[in-house]
Amino acid sequence: MKPAKFDYHAPASVEEALALLRRYDGEARLLAGGQSLVPMMNFRLVAPAALIDLNRVAGLDYVVADGATVRIGAMTRQRAIEFSPLIAARLPLLRDAVRRIGHLPTRSRGTIGGSLAHADPAAEIPMVLRALDGQVVARGPAGERRIAAADLFVSPLTTALASDEILTEIRLPAMPDNAAHAIEEFARRQGDFALAAIAVTVAPAAGGRHTVRLATGGVGPVPQRLVGAEAILEQQGFGADTIEAAAARAAELVEPLGDPHASADFRRHLTAVLTRRAVTAASRALA
Amino acid sequence: MSSPVEVRMIVNGTPRAGRCEPRKLLIDFLREELGLTGTHAGCEHGVCGACTILVDGVAARSCLMFAVQADGATLTTVEGLADGDELHPLQQAFHRHHALQCGFCTPGMLIAALDFLATNPEPSEAEIRDALSAVLCRCTGYQNIVKAVADAAEKMRAAGGAS
Ligand code: FES
Ligand code: FES
Repeated sequence: MKPAKFDYHAPASVEEALALLRRYDGEARLLAGGQSLVPMMNFRLVAPAALIDLNRVAGLDYVVADGATVRIGAMTRQRAIEFSPLIAARLPLLRDAVRRIGHLPTRSRGTIGGSLAHADPAAEIPMVLRALDGQVVARGPAGERRIAAADLFVSPLTTALASDEILTEIRLPAMPDNAAHAIEEFARRQGDFALAAIAVTVAPAAGGRHTVRLATGGVGPVPQRLVGAEAILEQQGFGADTIEAAAARAAELVEPLGDPHASADFRRHLTAVLTRRAVTAASRALA
Repeated sequence: MSSPVEVRMIVNGTPRAGRCEPRKLLIDFLREELGLTGTHAGCEHGVCGACTILVDGVAARSCLMFAVQADGATLTTVEGLADGDELHPLQQAFHRHHALQCGFCTPGMLIAALDFLATNPEPSEAEIRDALSAVLCRCTGYQNIVKAVADAAEKMRAAGGAS
């Protein structure tokens, strides 16, 4: 047996799951797709007293358009997002990001909510939530609250979700039809976590200007919006020199982590290179 | 709770049942409780893909599921691919192209390829390579596996669908 012993519960409703969380008082873990939690349990890096399996909870698996917002149930599989016509039409950045997560067999199980709650700094979905300034809905003993992307990610593997709360829904603003987007990542092997990643969206705005959103993944402890670099592009457009200036600004704005896979300096360098590539690709796609 | 539970599932078209602790991984349940040793356990943390099976029709890592989670599910393992004595077109292609050496990765390769071809029946070579990155092979260098999957895709299209 690889994982340590645990009590197993498969509640049928969010209410039941919340009651179980309360009962175990911080000693239980929620099991979503299990593509990150189960490896950690197999290594016994985590040994929760109980697992509360959300896979049989009804009503957490959906993708719906709600006006200008797309609402996605937390237990929606990454694979369902990958093949959803609604996501392809309204959130193509999310679709492209999801295709880069692990491999098709891991996306069959992995969920959007699980990825956000796990909050790996190099994961794609947190980067997209940040780039699009989405929000998540959490349910706890006191009811429901919304958490903005800017407030959700606290540090690596740590979110603003309380231990008695469950992330139930993701809300993302639909991308305008005439928007362009790009993701650029650097990883040593296909399917590995990126050493650095950049997501960008560019949407035409009034007066021939554009609204630009840039976010990082894998560079710092949490995904980061690169507002200073966005401003350069929004004010000066997408000439090669301007893109170069925005890329240089991006590299100044990040606070990269160094680890055995990549030094902080290398990640800073990658931030500039990937920003240049992503913005160039998105601005070309606009035309 | 943490004591053994009854688990029932349909495996390769046959209803199967067994008892196990909730912490029993699905891969270990298949191999140890059901005697289905065709599915291989390599890394046991989701990286190598040797343990890949179909769960309710889609490929998944059986080392990243607990058997109890598969209660009520329909599974296909490598043992379920052949139709009696007739190997599946993918198996035939692997045989024809010498797409295995030690064979350790092969069960996962076959199932991952089957799932991939169901989503993309007419893949480019680049798409095949991308899909096969889901499973590690330490022997072949992948060349013949890529050829086998391309050939199988063609034969399966000709036969009218990814069955
Ligand atoms: S044994 Fe499951 S992925 Fe390696
Ligand atoms: S044939 Fe030996 S690992 Fe693939």
